[in-house]
Amino acid sequence: MIFIGERINAGFQDIKEAIQNKDPEPIKKWARIQTDARATYLDVNLGTASNKPEDLCWMIETVQEEVDTPISIDNNRPNMLTEAMKVCKKPPLVNSTTAVEEKMNSLFPIVAEHNASIIGLVMDESGSPATADRRVENAAKLFEKAIENGLSPDQLFIDPIIMPLNCMQEQCQEILNAVSQFKLFSEPPVHIVCGLSNISSGAKYKKLINRTFMAMLITQGLDAAILDVTDTEMVDTILTAELIMNKTIYADGYVEAFRKS
Amino acid sequence: MAVPDVKEKWTSKINVVTIGAIKDEGGTRGKTITVGGQTTLPFLDFEGELPHKAVIAGFVSDTPPDWPDVIKNAIGKEINSPVEWAQKNIEEFKCDLLSLKLIGADPNVKDASPADCAKVVQDILKAVDVPLIIWGCGDDEKDNHVLPECSQAAKGENCLIGSAKESNYMTIVAICKADKHKIISEAPVDINIGKQVNILLQDAGYDLKDVVMYQTTAALGYGFDYVYTIFERARIAGLKGDNLMATPLICDVAGETYRVKEATSDEDVLPGWGKLEKRGPMWEAMCAGGYLQAGADILILAHPQAIKGTQESILKLS
Repeated sequence: MIFIGERINAGFQDIKEAIQNKDPEPIKKWARIQTDARATYLDVNLGTASNKPEDLCWMIETVQEEVDTPISIDNNRPNMLTEAMKVCKKPPLVNSTTAVEEKMNSLFPIVAEHNASIIGLVMDESGSPATADRRVENAAKLFEKAIENGLSPDQLFIDPIIMPLNCMQEQCQEILNAVSQFKLFSEPPVHIVCGLSNISSGAKYKKLINRTFMAMLITQGLDAAILDVTDTEMVDTILTAELIMNKTIYADGYVEAFRKS
Repeated sequence: MAVPDVKEKWTSKINVVTIGAIKDEGGTRGKTITVGGQTTLPFLDFEGELPHKAVIAGFVSDTPPDWPDVIKNAIGKEINSPVEWAQKNIEEFKCDLLSLKLIGADPNVKDASPADCAKVVQDILKAVDVPLIIWGCGDDEKDNHVLPECSQAAKGENCLIGSAKESNYMTIVAICKADKHKIISEAPVDINIGKQVNILLQDAGYDLKDVVMYQTTAALGYGFDYVYTIFERARIAGLKGDNLMATPLICDVAGETYRVKEATSDEDVLPGWGKLEKRGPMWEAMCAGGYLQAGADILILAHPQAIKGTQESILKLS
């Protein structure tokens, strides 16, 4: 599983204040905590705290002063991205583009130039798709565009767009159906990622719903997630689901081994 | 139409393990042996790095093994003296290193004392200057006494000590840390237990970068395919980033081959099977060849013809 740590995001008050006060400590703290929890990428999101490229670069550089975990740049404005890419020490993961032609044309070349990877949301001009077929259609557009720009399939992370369970219950099966088809595009396959917490938005048993849906998505081929990497129950569910899917080799101490290595 | 590029992109690397220590490193060996470091599957040099060839460890035991005379005669009278056998393995058979099995320590064989075993280790270390692999007799209780003494007798020589199992790993970790040796982790043809033993070694504070994995060894025709697939699966997991599986692999080909009827019974017992003189080493060499393909890094061999044939295979394939 590719774990993308979500915590360095101005949506969290401590990070927002850190950006406003140019205080590196909260950012470094979360870079360290998430890296120790085995994050593969650290998502860096400026949110509404600022719209200046230099602030985004400062966040990335601050993270890189503390850890060498690759960055996921959570921003889709070409001018911001161009600057942010330059300061990344390792090829980053861009979060994200939609399947809208204009958007793809502006972002894929920047990603290709830096040998980075990108998350592609299966949204199009008309918004979020309601059916599995439409999701697959938009995923195919993203895939085609990635290949056209010289990316390999594993540099593309497709996000099926998760909808809230409590108001769009029928969407869950459409999502699972779509995910199972993304892997069929190519060999090696694309990665499949999601912003999981949407599923439980507004619901009472958020964590339970998140974990259960995560396990179900893994059975369909999901192999990356933007999440709270310190949520041990979630991480344990993922480790177990991957064992059940025979993606990793079982050993009695698999949970402890993951935390220690 | 262009030929599609079918190369796999592996993300990780098998650990590099060096056995033996020269004078500057606190030992007395004339050379060291390094295995591992692969970034792809065996012999696929177009796909990744294969920095270290598989090596052959010459089989030696403190007491002559219970093998057919035809096989023992091919090795020579030196089989009766561990020191002479060790020398012959290196000087005449050109093995890369030695693998000493302390069969005589077994209570059902000679019940040799830990001190006697340690003496054999010391004598061999004096007589040859290649790196040494040291195995107990396989009886856990006895090995718990034998291996600490042997380890101490070889202190600083950076030997490879076998083997750590779920039942005895604490002892092995303690002696190998104290005397600066590397560890063979053992599992009974079971990839899950293999991984668990490595977890236990890691939990006990031993660095997995100093471990070689031993999934026991099955002779050709006796579960060979089980071990083969475990090797493949372990290697693939290691190359994909499973640090617990990224260890070099060792096989005791000679020790297992000369236990099965195809490699120990002559024509009088197996009519139509051909002479054991030829069939025995062939069985050993074919088994070694199979494990080479599966990803073995260290092959323990005994018969001079099997050694020669395997040396040629390694050269041709590498």
